[in-house]
Amino acid sequence: MYSKGTKRKFSDGVDNKAVAASYSLQRQSLLDMSLLKLQLCHMLAEPNLCRSVLIANTVRQIQEEMAHDGSWQVVTEALGGSGHGPSDRLVDTEVLCQSPEQQDSGPKLYSVMGYDGCREEEVVTDKALCSVVVGDRSPAFLLGTIGHCWDRGELRVEDGVSKDSGTGDEEGTRSGEGAKLATGQVFGTFEIKNGAPGSDPALEELFSDVDASYYDLDTTLTGMQSAPKMGPYDFLDSLASSHGPVSNSSCRADLNELDHIMEIIVGS
Amino acid sequence: MEEESVTRKINNSFLRDHNYATEADIISTVEFNPSGELLATGDKGGRVVVFQREQETKSEPQRRGEYNVYSTFQSHDPEFDYLKSLEIEEKINKIRWLPQQNAAYFLLSTNDKTVKLWKISERDRRPDGYNLKDEDGRIRDPSTITSLRVPVLQNTDLMVEATARRVFSNAHTYHINSISVNSDLQTYISTDDLRVNLWNLEITDQSFNIVDIKPCNMEDLTEVITAAEFHPQQCNTLAYSSSRGSVRLCDMRKQALCDTHCKFFEEPEDPSTRSFFSEIISSISDIKFSHSGRFLMTRDYLTVKVWDLNMETRPVQTYQVHDYLRGKLCSLYENDCIFDKFECVWNGSDSVIMTGSYNNFFRMFDRNTKKDVTLEASRENSKPRAILKPRKVCVGGKRRKDEVTVDSLDFSKKILHSAWHPQENIIAVAASNNLYIFQDKVT
Repeated sequence: MYSKGTKRKFSDGVDNKAVAASYSLQRQSLLDMSLLKLQLCHMLAEPNLCRSVLIANTVRQIQEEMAHDGSWQVVTEALGGSGHGPSDRLVDTEVLCQSPEQQDSGPKLYSVMGYDGCREEEVVTDKALCSVVVGDRSPAFLLGTIGHCWDRGELRVEDGVSKDSGTGDEEGTRSGEGAKLATGQVFGTFEIKNGAPGSDPALEELFSDVDASYYDLDTTLTGMQSAPKMGPYDFLDSLASSHGPVSNSSCRADLNELDHIMEIIVGS
Repeated sequence: MEEESVTRKINNSFLRDHNYATEADIISTVEFNPSGELLATGDKGGRVVVFQREQETKSEPQRRGEYNVYSTFQSHDPEFDYLKSLEIEEKINKIRWLPQQNAAYFLLSTNDKTVKLWKISERDRRPDGYNLKDEDGRIRDPSTITSLRVPVLQNTDLMVEATARRVFSNAHTYHINSISVNSDLQTYISTDDLRVNLWNLEITDQSFNIVDIKPCNMEDLTEVITAAEFHPQQCNTLAYSSSRGSVRLCDMRKQALCDTHCKFFEEPEDPSTRSFFSEIISSISDIKFSHSGRFLMTRDYLTVKVWDLNMETRPVQTYQVHDYLRGKLCSLYENDCIFDKFECVWNGSDSVIMTGSYNNFFRMFDRNTKKDVTLEASRENSKPRAILKPRKVCVGGKRRKDEVTVDSLDFSKKILHSAWHPQENIIAVAASNNLYIFQDKVT
């Protein structure tokens, strides 16, 4: 269980790391699960608002804790260069934004997809979306806010996530850093397990007070059969309630980083 | 209630018995009328079935007040909102009876968007002998009429008919979760996720919004209203609960828009049990004022709490419904069971409270003796007129005989809706598409 507030037991370094790694793995799984639920919620005719709010609050809570505990692994990696580690675990399928003329006047939306084990052929092509396998260079983001979930009841129904043309060039012009971050590596934030230690204080400062916003996972996710693994949950349930300290060496999906990237790109 | 009467019950009747469960038959609400003579159930298919208690007869004393079907009608039909391209479910979310004021019975039933006032009346006579139309209703040829006669009332078989007297629609953007009739018997409130609207029972084209928690920017939304109820005696007081585990008491005399509360009931979180699921399990699924009006009961995922309206800081009693699930919250989150909304009820004297759980179990807590019991509503484990056996969930290592382990609980069998007769010890428990009625043993 993700319990906090209990005393940390003294244990040797190995145990500590193991606990921390498992804690962050479980937290990661919970985050993945929550995002998937939200995304599926978004697909329903009329999502249950109470349920959506509760899941969104859980996501926010996890994000806050990750931001509090975590280091900016992915960010530095992406900036650092090759970032070969995470990309191995990344899905190459990313969704390209629609061309500018199809863009609606609302806020630009980007989404991030990066599920381990998701194959190209599992991606569902949809009229509203074009799913294309892109290499690392292509920084396609589709990122929406949960607000769209709520507003469904009030506004017209969205038939998928609206796109923006987020080409590499465009992002490149907005921010060099953003473009770099918008590489394939960042997409794997959901599944990044291990990364190089260390963080860039400058980046942290830059991204320190960004609002946590929500992500609209692409509709192609529904084509996926892979669900967060069952294993961790059983482990979770039986895990003694202890707040495992998160060490720098473990990696966590930092949605906040994506937030920050988006902030830069969207210019909000 | 004595322990004996709590543990010994007769399984009275199995109603709406189906061998297969069609989804439309799943009962979504159960409610006794104020006299207890009638019991209404609403289902996912938009139907309302009303049961009436048999009059006790000397010839068959063992059939002490059984409930039989009195009236069945289609309350709500599925609708399509063309503007939003969304289908509106016909599932009956709540039924609330009005106190009886004449020979007819009135109830309010609601789905996600529309509240309807239904009049259920009996007809055992009909006029016969019209001059201008014959018995079938066809217009008679005037040239064939040679004499005048006075129509007379003839006795017919008893007919119970339900007619929709009022339809209260287009007032809710979000899904209605509660309705509550005011003690003034002239107004009622309907509540959705973000707003509470006040209606006059006579006026259908106007409603007043008295609570609105919708933020300007929907992205800032972190809390929704989960239930609301009028105080049983004070017609100006209402309470509403939130998904964050708090209850607000509002006084309508204070101002027209009751966004600011008079009292705020929230228990501080226990830091030792804090987890990512803390907020979800603190979300209140149901609130009920006691009949006395002094207490308020709230149901969250794992507990039932009784609050004294005079004390906002913490509840006066907390009852653990199924604390053994605390270690399973992640799995329950994954299969969405953590979002199940259980209801809770008081007995007539406010001494016992009852709520449902999984595996078709339901729990009763005696507030005075502090004793509690777990019972099961299932056909396999109890026969009609048999005394219900208390059940137990094994939490430790060793499982005793007849105990059920946590892992073998069936989470698809949940008792969300139940009702307690306003005066007697008769309870109605809905388990999926089956309705169970239990009452005290006849001695």
